[in-house]
Amino acid sequence: MRTATVAAILLAGVLAGSGPAQAYKVFVSNEKDNTVTIIDSETLEAEKTFNVGQRPRGIAITHDGEWLLVCASDDDTVQVFDVKTRQLIKTLPSGPDPEQFVLHPSGNPLYIANEDDNLVTVVDIEANKVLAEVPVGVEPEGMGISPDGKVLVNTSETTNMAHFIDTGSYELIDNVLVDSRPRFAEFTADGSQLWVSSEIGGTVVVIDPATREIIKKFTFEVPGVTKEALQPVGIRVTRDGSTAFVALGPANRVVAIDAKALEIKKYLLVGQRVWQLAFTPDENYLFSTNGVSNDVSVIDVADLKVIKSIRTGRFPWGVVVAPE
Amino acid sequence: MSIGGQGMRPCAGIPRLSFCIVCWVCWPVFCLAALPAVAQDDMAEIRIGYIRQLADRPPNLSNLIVPPDDEGFAGARLSVKDNNTTGRFLKQSFVLEERDVPTSGDALPDFRAMLDSGISFFVLDVSADVLLAMADAAGDRPAVLLNINATDDRLRGEDCRRNVMHIVPSRGMYTDALAQFLVWKKWRDWLLVIGPDERDGLYAEAVRRSARKFGARIVEERVWNFGPDARRTAQAEVPAFTQGVDYDMLIVADEVGVFGEYLMYRTWDPRPVAGTQGLSPSTWHLTHEQWGSAQLQSRFVKTNGRRMTALDYQAWAAIRAVGEAATRTRSAEPGEMEAYLKSPQFELAGFKGLPLTFRSWNWQLRQPILLVQPSALVSVSPQDGFLHQRSVLDTMGLDEGEAGCAFQ
Repeated sequence: MRTATVAAILLAGVLAGSGPAQAYKVFVSNEKDNTVTIIDSETLEAEKTFNVGQRPRGIAITHDGEWLLVCASDDDTVQVFDVKTRQLIKTLPSGPDPEQFVLHPSGNPLYIANEDDNLVTVVDIEANKVLAEVPVGVEPEGMGISPDGKVLVNTSETTNMAHFIDTGSYELIDNVLVDSRPRFAEFTADGSQLWVSSEIGGTVVVIDPATREIIKKFTFEVPGVTKEALQPVGIRVTRDGSTAFVALGPANRVVAIDAKALEIKKYLLVGQRVWQLAFTPDENYLFSTNGVSNDVSVIDVADLKVIKSIRTGRFPWGVVVAPE
Repeated sequence: MSIGGQGMRPCAGIPRLSFCIVCWVCWPVFCLAALPAVAQDDMAEIRIGYIRQLADRPPNLSNLIVPPDDEGFAGARLSVKDNNTTGRFLKQSFVLEERDVPTSGDALPDFRAMLDSGISFFVLDVSADVLLAMADAAGDRPAVLLNINATDDRLRGEDCRRNVMHIVPSRGMYTDALAQFLVWKKWRDWLLVIGPDERDGLYAEAVRRSARKFGARIVEERVWNFGPDARRTAQAEVPAFTQGVDYDMLIVADEVGVFGEYLMYRTWDPRPVAGTQGLSPSTWHLTHEQWGSAQLQSRFVKTNGRRMTALDYQAWAAIRAVGEAATRTRSAEPGEMEAYLKSPQFELAGFKGLPLTFRSWNWQLRQPILLVQPSALVSVSPQDGFLHQRSVLDTMGLDEGEAGCAFQ
């Protein structure tokens, strides 16, 4: 199925002399100049920039494709923009210093990590109200949710744990100790694996969500790059569970990992200090935010090649792609 | 790898709206007080002793910027709070016991009393001599002394002790950090101005070593001997004092802070100043925001109502190191924790972009060093291009083989 799609797209590309037929809007939050850049996934050009709140980091789009959610960390709020008009619709009561968040698979509520207060805040985005606050470890950061929506995972950067939270009762189910400064948590689409990156520890672990046992720990090696510079942050796994991509921060690489065999496939050179990643909905492209070089890199997922870099604002942090 | 799940339902049974209000207003008190699940006596207690003996401060500095009274203690308290947040999940609780010994007093009885009461981890803001006396008083008893303020290179060399670990960088690490930056800038010719205090002499020696190590030249050394408080006389004295020498950068050795601030903008030639004043190496700065440090900064300001100083950071890091040992070993047993602290597995996330680890040859904490001026961060060393076969952080300070430390 997938091969057929890829072949069709390649064929279409050859015939049309351009990229894939599907065009998506890619939204990139620029942490240092308080803007969001919009990139067209067909032309691979930045087409617009608009102002948002202070220090925008985490960025998401509601499942209906209508709302763009932006963590305006220094405004202590999550802003809601209309995806099409880019007008500010409202702000959500996020708790202080929101950094990352994740939507329930049903589209609501939103689970927000509040770095300053050791809390995860649960917000009903329709009713604009806080449903709960869950105390977690020091500096909550990464947020992942199981595909069935039952288990929320938050990583705490100074406590160095992945906290498993029951989304029904808001109770902690378990805490898994990982290496220093865990930044990101990502479930595979089938829910069978949870991937967690540890930035300072330089490792990525794959956890079995059922047993909460670590089944694999990756370390990385790139010739000419010091061990300390290999700092994994953002993670994305293809829907079919075949390939995981991990952004390696100041190593300026994204690593592609065979998520079934749990083996490293290839290191891809991208821009400087790469942090977050997002697929296009058809998973043809993966975009990476490169904070220090002020651009995003575009990775061809099938070929495992970096095909372009696109200028953004200052310190691009988060990235999300809207379905068209 | 999983850790026993604990019920966390801080606000069960309370209507959602009021829960939110309560939590917004005073969640730390309310929610922490309401945390159920673990009875107090289930918790393994880790006690940390903190002894501070402030160095003598010359009277003429009395109406200048004074450090906060709780400098260091405030960082330690925040770190204990951080450790306890993590400790909740592991049934570990951290307790800080503080002693503030008068400058003219004797800190040893307090140290012995803490040791006798069963404390094994000490955070020490004392002079090199007092630190050595404590290390020797501890003898073979289980004790880890974390040095947070004595920069003397001899403590990492001939006067090293197996029970002393150094969180604060040495003078040599600081001057190496500065030297790398100046060499990278190609400001290689230095005029070294040395104050009258014994500590200034030690700083000057570190500057000389760093110049040799990185290929800078000290074109001349001059001793500042104009007496205390140069505020009203510097404009006349400094131009004459800095005449007749060709240099790129004035390096000042004035650890006490009696004259260094008054060199800037008063030199005969327009030259920048670095060292103990001007562009200075440090472990922390109020404008440091990279690598997640903005989070620690805002946590500190919220808790203490003031900005975090380098000494606060050093105390924070010392206690986080103890916390890390307890977390990773899942133990409160001092021997196990000490073994972990001294193992190659130990690493601390200290908001410097690299893991902080201990050098096995003198228990010095490896760390990037900030180069700061009063209201901005200028650079962070090691600088690009300064390489080392083990870790780029080992380009700063005494390397293995040159430290001359034989643990006793």
